[in-house]
Amino acid sequence: MQVIGARRLIDPLPIYTMWLREMKRFLRVKARVVGSLLMPLFFLAFLGLPMSFMPARQIPGLEGIGYLDFLAPGIVGMTLLFAGTMSGASVIWDKEFGFLKEVLVAPVNRFSVILGRSLGGMTTAIIQALVIVGIAVAMGVTLSGVPGFLLAILIMILTCATFTGFGLIIATKLGNLEGFMAIMNLIIFPIFFLSGALFPIQSMPPWLRYIMYIDPLTYGVDGLRGTLIGADVAAFPLWLDFTVLLILCLALATLGSYFFSKMEAD
Amino acid sequence: MDSVIEIENLTKEFDGLIAVNHITLNVGEGELFGFLGPNGAGKTTAVKMLCTILNPTSGSAKVCGYDIVRQRDRVRECIGIVFQDRAIDTFLTGKENLDFHARMYHLDGKTRQKRVAEVLDLMDLRGKENMRISECSGGTQRRFEVGRGFLNHPRVLFLDEPTLGLDVQARRNLWDYIKLLNEEEGITIILTTHYMEEADYLCHRVAIIDHGRIVAIDSPEKLKQAVGLNLISLQIAQDSSGSLVDSLKQLSWIKKIEARNGSLELSIDGGEEKIPELIDFADNHGLVISSIKLYKPSLEDTFLHYTGKTIREEEGSVLEIWKAWMRRSGGKR
Repeated sequence: MQVIGARRLIDPLPIYTMWLREMKRFLRVKARVVGSLLMPLFFLAFLGLPMSFMPARQIPGLEGIGYLDFLAPGIVGMTLLFAGTMSGASVIWDKEFGFLKEVLVAPVNRFSVILGRSLGGMTTAIIQALVIVGIAVAMGVTLSGVPGFLLAILIMILTCATFTGFGLIIATKLGNLEGFMAIMNLIIFPIFFLSGALFPIQSMPPWLRYIMYIDPLTYGVDGLRGTLIGADVAAFPLWLDFTVLLILCLALATLGSYFFSKMEAD
Repeated sequence: MDSVIEIENLTKEFDGLIAVNHITLNVGEGELFGFLGPNGAGKTTAVKMLCTILNPTSGSAKVCGYDIVRQRDRVRECIGIVFQDRAIDTFLTGKENLDFHARMYHLDGKTRQKRVAEVLDLMDLRGKENMRISECSGGTQRRFEVGRGFLNHPRVLFLDEPTLGLDVQARRNLWDYIKLLNEEEGITIILTTHYMEEADYLCHRVAIIDHGRIVAIDSPEKLKQAVGLNLISLQIAQDSSGSLVDSLKQLSWIKKIEARNGSLELSIDGGEEKIPELIDFADNHGLVISSIKLYKPSLEDTFLHYTGKTIREEEGSVLEIWKAWMRRSGGKR
């Protein structure tokens, strides 16, 4: 009889188990893998490419680079936003389909449960993001180099963790599936459009800039731009993006897992 | 007998509705114990409290010697649960679901493989372990869930309406597996059901529960006996029953005689052994019996006896539910 595990905050075997389940579920649904890559691909091909043919040299924030170079980090950020939020929010599916009960009555600390689950979701999200980076490079985007790429992965992890925590908060507070998609779209799309993924924050009037400053994804996208493409393209210094993301991700992930630990099984 | 489960005055209220009302009982090691009652009687609520999913409003209970509120984790380590609704990942295969469960319960790799193999054999799931759950039939899904429930060697296994929604054949099969688990693995099993024949076939002891209260606890046989006598239905070849009735009255073990549609219904104190006696008796009086049949009271009759209504009447009626609610909440105001 194993009794040690139950009270441990970090319990490796169940964390691994939850991670493994997320990976299996992700890889099993082929349509979802393809579907999750399709939208970012469309943005790059049907928005990024045509826009890059337009003369945009005078716009602040776009000087000296092609629009596709500018857009690619934004679309990577979008992928992380969608995949991360969905990963956190998919707790609601587990609840709806009853599987949550099986997890919650196991003699495992709930923090370990949600940690393993989130790590699984984040792994799949970052794989998707890397595929998008690959597609962008194939379309002609030039990357800054290896150190920048490694730093970009760090930014990806922080961005993804932030939105996983955010999705978790919505799922645990909303509690049921009704109206869930509507609420998600209502929140996710403004976050995406106001993040500076599609247009440079530098060329916006102050009132709009202030709205964009409170959007968490702004810092994710800017950080990715600074690391993947080059520091001169970013609106903020990298340390600022990094610090804001770190604080946000710790706050949201902690709050999300706290709500999860209080969640009722049915 | 050692008690694995000790329940004392366990009560659960939801906004003034008393779902479980001061139940007290003990379940012994190795017992197959059933909660029998209509939907909404409080069976599932009682089981949820014992499984540590719900906190009781008042009263207490111990499972494997551990308190269900203060020692939750301990309780969780020694129980297995099969929920009323499906709680299995349909994207994964049966084996992956079993592996998942084993790891969540901290079984090491070797034990896990051994146990999963044992479960597949015992529940007859070989050849289906690599099918996705979504592709399995309802009965097979349920068997995977039951198998998963006892994978971690629990001392107590809770089955909440295990055969709900299964067809007759799948239900029969599952009954035999449940019996096997109890007998071969020695697991104490608590099940809830609203099927009379299920409780009758499986359980050593049954608690009849109605409106959150236990109205009777005993073995199915004793419960049935308490209701009344066995009944013999008798048909005579020649139309001479008038004189037969008079002569039958001489037999002391016949308590009551009723003539109905050309046959006689005898309430008797005894069982099958009275059938040959009756045939001899008829022979001696120059009568030929054309058919004879013994009826034993069913648990259905028992339920009727203890609650004043049949289980089916209780189920469908919205009025009954509303009345029950009024009755229960009325007491509080």
